[in-house]
Amino acid sequence: MNSAFGNIKAIAKRELTGYFASPVAYVFIVIFLLLCGGFTFLFGGFFERDQASLMAFFMWHPWFYLFLVPAVGMRLWSEERRLGTIELLLTMPITAWQAIAGKFLASWMFLALALLLTFPVWITVNYLGSPDNGVIVCSYLGSVLMAGAYLAIASMTSAMTRNQVVAFILSVVLCLFLVLAGIPRVKEFFDSLGFVWLGNLTAAMSVMTHFDAFQRGVIDFRDLIYFLSVIGFALFTTGVILRSHRSG
Amino acid sequence: MIKVENLAKFFGTKRAVDGVSFSVARGEVLGFLGPNGAGKSTTMRMITGFIPPTAGKVSVGGYDMVENPIPAKRLIGYLPENAPAYTDMTVSGFLSFAAEIRGLSGDAKKKAVHRAVEMCFLESVLHQSVETLSKGYRHRTCFAQSIIHDPEVLILDEPTDGLDPNQKHEVRGLIKRMGEKKAIIFSTHILEEVDAACSRAIIIDRGRIVANGTPQELRRKSEWAGAVTLRVKGVAGSAVSAKLYQVQAVNRVTVVEEKEGRVTVSVFPKPQATGANGEFARAVGEAAHGWHIEQLQIEEGRLDEVFRSITMPDTKQEVKK
Repeated sequence: MNSAFGNIKAIAKRELTGYFASPVAYVFIVIFLLLCGGFTFLFGGFFERDQASLMAFFMWHPWFYLFLVPAVGMRLWSEERRLGTIELLLTMPITAWQAIAGKFLASWMFLALALLLTFPVWITVNYLGSPDNGVIVCSYLGSVLMAGAYLAIASMTSAMTRNQVVAFILSVVLCLFLVLAGIPRVKEFFDSLGFVWLGNLTAAMSVMTHFDAFQRGVIDFRDLIYFLSVIGFALFTTGVILRSHRSG
Repeated sequence: MIKVENLAKFFGTKRAVDGVSFSVARGEVLGFLGPNGAGKSTTMRMITGFIPPTAGKVSVGGYDMVENPIPAKRLIGYLPENAPAYTDMTVSGFLSFAAEIRGLSGDAKKKAVHRAVEMCFLESVLHQSVETLSKGYRHRTCFAQSIIHDPEVLILDEPTDGLDPNQKHEVRGLIKRMGEKKAIIFSTHILEEVDAACSRAIIIDRGRIVANGTPQELRRKSEWAGAVTLRVKGVAGSAVSAKLYQVQAVNRVTVVEEKEGRVTVSVFPKPQATGANGEFARAVGEAAHGWHIEQLQIEEGRLDEVFRSITMPDTKQEVKK
């Protein structure tokens, strides 16, 4: 007799083995690390800032994730549907929620692993100066949460179609909305029209606004709630979409 | 073990399955027959809980599939159509996963995987990735997955599809052996499989059950049931049929072949005189008295003919041979 936890673990384990059985995982990690390193030192002005902080590193994350996270998440459900294995998965003695959670957690863990592998940047900044490591830990936490939010959206779009490319594009577009809603120009635009409340609302919907707080080293309860509720909502929608496909 | 009551599934206005009821007990192997698109797979998907029914009830081992799916699913092993499997895993990885999700771990898991591998002859590809397997192996890998937890109920959607004749033979044997202790439903459109493995068969057409019985019972519906095929030497075909038409119970005589001085005819009894006890054959034999009979054979009835006459009612008249 399996517990819910056991089921989720079995699904997550399978999903992770799936990642590492193909070159996808390694390619992803290498590209992610190259991008992080490159942007931090070449375009982020890591040295020019002359600050012992990883601002130049974390500021790019919302943009990297925009493409990289959907690339990881696009296969979650569309691949199951394309292969027909979804029929195996959903006739096993597990609930759809356990399957959704297991798959999501596996991909999230994979993203977290990729993020952990950026530790040389942290070592560098500690070697060169004495940064506020509390801020850095906090930024890492925010980055992981943001990746989770993107990933949940990718899971949702992946459930919509059996075509991975379509799933990828859809989730990039959705995530782009969440990013762009937070750039100052959008808020200024609404403010100039006189809709200050609308400007505030869109800014509040954006991952940028909430990630900013983490980057400053502030763990605000509202920011946590924001990321967790994006994840919760997108995963719930994944479940609804899967169920509607089965009902035909 | 399996009970299906008035099961229906509509896709839009299309009635894929329309009021299907039957039950399968432990120790029974139910063959599910029907033309393509008759609703076989849809029915099986509802029984396994993959898609919810529009109406009707499915219960497995006493658990309702809609209200209490988890314990019901626990009892089932399922081989979906086209035998899907995770292509990025090895065979052993895939089977371990199937075992884990069925709640097996440690030694029990190892034993279960070992048993399934042995039953499905997968030793040689155990560490190969599913992606690189031939169709037959991939099929058997998915089949192994379905029996990994030694389920009480097996639902197999075209289990012999894509296998070579030897593998087909093996799988049929396997189904028959397992059927002694389990409740099994398998779908096929190969009629010889019904004879080879089933204790009962259901023919489904356009979402409805059109026949339900043992293979023998189904065969008896054939006009071939009880017919006599006769090969005679040295008599003209016309003379043979003229003489046989005089026998009262004879409905129709067909000359099958006439060459080299031999004539082969099939004699069909009238519906009320199926002659299960050989009376009809005796009557034909008496009429043939004095001829040089090379062969006389009582037909059992032909499943393919029953299948065609049931699922293609409009062409019933043309179906003779």
